Amino acid sequence: MVRVELRHVSNRYILRDVNLTIGDGELLALLGPSGAGKTTLLNVIAGITDYEGSVLFDGVSVENKPASKRNVGYVFQDLALFPHLNVFSNIAYGLKMKKMSPIEVERKVNELLALMKIEHLRERYPSEISGGESQRVALARALSISPSILLLDEPLNNLDHSIRRYLRREIRRVQRRLNVTTLFVTHDVEEAEEVGDRVAVIVGGRIRQIGTFEEVFSNPADEEVADLLGSQNVWECSECRHIWGELYEVNCNGVKVIVVSEDGAPKRIAIPANGVYIYGDEPDGSHMNTFKGIVSEVLPPSSTTARVKVNVGENALIAELSEEIFNKSNLWVGREVFLKLKLKLIRAYG
Amino acid sequence: MNARRMLYGALPVITLIVMWETVTRLNPALRRFLPPFSLVVEELFHMTVSGVLLNNLVSSLLRVIIGFSLGSALGIAVGILMGYSKIMYEMLNPIVTFLYPIPALGWLPLLMIWIGVGEMLPIAIIFICSFFPTAYTTATGVRTVDKRLVRAAETLGASQINVLKTVVLPLALPAIFTGLRLEAGMGWRVIVAAEMVAIPTGIGALFMQAESLIRIDIILACLLVLAVMCFLFEKIFQHLEARVCRWVKTYGQG
Repeated sequence: MVRVELRHVSNRYILRDVNLTIGDGELLALLGPSGAGKTTLLNVIAGITDYEGSVLFDGVSVENKPASKRNVGYVFQDLALFPHLNVFSNIAYGLKMKKMSPIEVERKVNELLALMKIEHLRERYPSEISGGESQRVALARALSISPSILLLDEPLNNLDHSIRRYLRREIRRVQRRLNVTTLFVTHDVEEAEEVGDRVAVIVGGRIRQIGTFEEVFSNPADEEVADLLGSQNVWECSECRHIWGELYEVNCNGVKVIVVSEDGAPKRIAIPANGVYIYGDEPDGSHMNTFKGIVSEVLPPSSTTARVKVNVGENALIAELSEEIFNKSNLWVGREVFLKLKLKLIRAYG
Repeated sequence: MNARRMLYGALPVITLIVMWETVTRLNPALRRFLPPFSLVVEELFHMTVSGVLLNNLVSSLLRVIIGFSLGSALGIAVGILMGYSKIMYEMLNPIVTFLYPIPALGWLPLLMIWIGVGEMLPIAIIFICSFFPTAYTTATGVRTVDKRLVRAAETLGASQINVLKTVVLPLALPAIFTGLRLEAGMGWRVIVAAEMVAIPTGIGALFMQAESLIRIDIILACLLVLAVMCFLFEKIFQHLEARVCRWVKTYGQG
């Protein structure tokens, strides 16, 4: 496996002076919104798009190497399995291109089929298997060439939530077992957190921040990174009471919040700004996660949204409002308001 | 299910034949224009036994096979070049799209002057009628291959030539086969017309001789043979396509 470095990489479409190092055997999650340049960055490493700057594998520049010589395992966003080849031949493709003997190809493909637990799909065509199975085949095909680096471009898109979670763990298992340097592109924060050894945040073609998820989440480099991670409002929990199932009541500086946590008692919760609703009067209906607060700062609308900072006890909370609602709400510094937190959007961290 | 489908297909044909036979038997005056089906079959039998049909059929068949093989082979080669290389496409596409719509028989007068009336004439006509459409459909087939699959092949270590051999061509095959299948049928239509106009042998010539003798039974027998030949060619290509493009059957259903 190799250490991969990108130095001052730019391209004419989106990337701007990208500097990035992926350690030997590391799994780096590349997190960014749509159109941030994530796929382009993978294409640069794979050598299938033009760019300026340098890409180095173990300190050696690969600029003069075409895609076919870079030895990069690439799982494309739409997987790009060859529809005219069955599962066995899809996985064997790269090995045949390397002119491996048929016996060796057979052995290696069988090994990968077993590793990905898809032996039963051997003779099937891509159109005859499910999305989750296709994802495994694509991963097996990318791994078949024993790649210097594995590039995964949102490989779990369009899959059910439960399958996503399962396959995420599978990818992690396989990556650890083979110790292959990996760049995993995603726009899903939870995915980045669960999969990555470290996380790189890319916005507008620039890498904004790199670090462990903990570091990036706790200290976002700028507002855009905080927005992306949904970490505008991160509260530490001093106490936690288990209510039922995955439901917990946490105490954050005296404010009691009901949260859902799949991973046991939370130590910290994150409330994205778009999960905070502001009311002038006490809202009707359930009072769960409804608090009184004082507006401490009003940031006028930029583009289509406005932000309001509200103090709830000793905690500060940033709420995001659409321009239309903001104009109707008549908010000013010092006004007492009611806040309601959307349970679904609150993230809990153990 | 299959038997029922066959029955549905055969029923109108059988009805038509019975009606044909009954009507022509009941109206002797009609026979001058339309002999009964049984007489046509009888004539077909005589022609087969005497060797007349076979001789003419083999002449036509050879012309179709030679002209069609040469035309489509070159058409496929040119189509691949056009589809795979942008420069070649830009260079050749105007010529192909300009000449492609010309009906093959439109070339006949020119070819009669250039190569004379002989064995080469129908072959040349079939060649032209196969070449342009095959080049066109092949180029389109190659150009519409998903570029993401090409990239996937490249990252897996495939050289340009291997990408062409293992990804682009197999994926373009359904389009190529569609072209070939259509052109094979077209080949038969063109050969008959060319033989009727300019060549003394072949099924087309047989048509003309029958016409001069006002032998409607022979004309109808030849039409039956032609229909069978077109049907056979179509089936052969269908079978080949199904064998070579096994994956197409399920593609798009997943």
